[in-house]
Amino acid sequence: MDYRLTFQEYNKALKKDRLLGLKCNDCGKITCPPMMVCGECASTNHEVVTLCGKGKIVTFTTCNIAAEGRENENPYTIVMVELDEGPWIMGNLVSMDPKKVDMKVIGKPVTVGHRVYPGDKYSSQPMARPAFCIIE
Amino acid sequence: MRRVAIIGTGHSQFCFNSPKTSVELLSEVAMDAIQEASLTPKDIQAVNVGNVLGDFEEGQGMIQSFFANDIGCFNVAASRFEGACASGSMAVRDAVMWVASGYYDIMLVGGVEKCTAMGTPLATRTFSMFGDAHYEFPAGFLFPAVFALLAHLYASRYGIPLEVLKDQMAAVSVQSHEYAMKNPNAQLHKLITKEDVLNSFTVSTPIQLHDACPFSDGAAAVVIASAEVAKKLTSKPVYFAGIGQASSGKLSSQSKYLPRIYARELACQQSYGMAGLTPQDMDLCELHDCFSIAALIAAEGLGFFEFGTSGSAWLRGETRLGGKIPINISGGLKAKGHPIGATGVSQVVEVTRQLRGDMVEQGRQVEGAKNGIIDTLGGDGVLVSMILTNQ
Repeated sequence: MDYRLTFQEYNKALKKDRLLGLKCNDCGKITCPPMMVCGECASTNHEVVTLCGKGKIVTFTTCNIAAEGRENENPYTIVMVELDEGPWIMGNLVSMDPKKVDMKVIGKPVTVGHRVYPGDKYSSQPMARPAFCIIE
Repeated sequence: MRRVAIIGTGHSQFCFNSPKTSVELLSEVAMDAIQEASLTPKDIQAVNVGNVLGDFEEGQGMIQSFFANDIGCFNVAASRFEGACASGSMAVRDAVMWVASGYYDIMLVGGVEKCTAMGTPLATRTFSMFGDAHYEFPAGFLFPAVFALLAHLYASRYGIPLEVLKDQMAAVSVQSHEYAMKNPNAQLHKLITKEDVLNSFTVSTPIQLHDACPFSDGAAAVVIASAEVAKKLTSKPVYFAGIGQASSGKLSSQSKYLPRIYARELACQQSYGMAGLTPQDMDLCELHDCFSIAALIAAEGLGFFEFGTSGSAWLRGETRLGGKIPINISGGLKAKGHPIGATGVSQVVEVTRQLRGDMVEQGRQVEGAKNGIIDTLGGDGVLVSMILTNQ
């Protein structure tokens, strides 16, 4: 069985600031990032949809350490965002100084863009990552 | 299924920069466990090993076979388990099933890791491999960050001011360091205060250095056997009363339950159900405190405290010796150390020795302990629960 939406296709779209997901034709739920099956009901009867790219921050952290080769990114803020369509995705908050990010960002509305992580010797390819900006 | 017992234990010093190889570390504790069981390597029918990053630490893959050969378990079936930090527990649980089924009567289970051989930058990179490489690592996913995300979510969901939660988290680390002082095998023999925690380097907000376990080298091993064999070899068998294991996907896919870890709750329901016991029946617990917030989340998921309240329980001393449920009287991952492939086996050794009454000399015996529970979390997605009993 083929994937309806592969990482390659998801990644290519995110590099154009388009966030793709899967809409389940059985239960109606949206799955993002994509999986083989619906993350809610495990159905394979789903279709690729473009998500609105908006959501709200549910949690965050500002990292002062990084994996080998990524030290130049310090400090950086990781956020978990609940998309308007329901699923949560992990990305970076790029519209604020990481040192100033605190509990007050929880609940703030955000819009998605992207940055590219070029990958390292353990990565299969350059990978887009969601880069969120707070909507003022 | 047959009842399965632990009849021998071995545990190394956990440390930074061990001069021994992984095979040497593991072989030493394995021979200790075999001798304690009054057996020889020739009695071992199969070997399971938890080892996670040997490939990166020493350029050594497939350690299980070289280890089995080194200790004279020539040509036995030897299997390696990889479930990040729960690898050792996976190896134990699997061996229990083999013996319970009647296929083997006696097995050896070990776990070993030399995390510090990688150095911190590579260790940080390789540990992050236990998150989703394509959908979450690009954003800078690291395990301190995962538990930092969960800490802020925990504060938000349960309406706990962050300053209050930070004090509760600090209490976890302070207690663990205190008990590690009594554990000769612990890596960190140093008392710390709340102020030490709150003044330490901020790794990933709100996680500070003293909210986090260290990188560690070390090994642990157990010999397990059918109850019938165990009765012939030891006067103090400790039995597996229940076992459970569950998995979960990338962190974002767990959104419905976070900061609760649903797979943990499934795993411990399996072990409580199999044992016919409840959280109230537990006399001690070794749980996966890779970060202080992880301990709070685990203690609630295992059923000891209401959700959002375990931090205050730590502050009240309910997790200490003599408290409602003594937790991590070994020092925990925080201060005993966390050689990831060995950790689950180390937890089994610790609870076994408590249930045999071996900890009196060390001044940290849980008096009259009958049942103990072990909780291990691996990466985003392996949770193992085991209940041991001396009844």
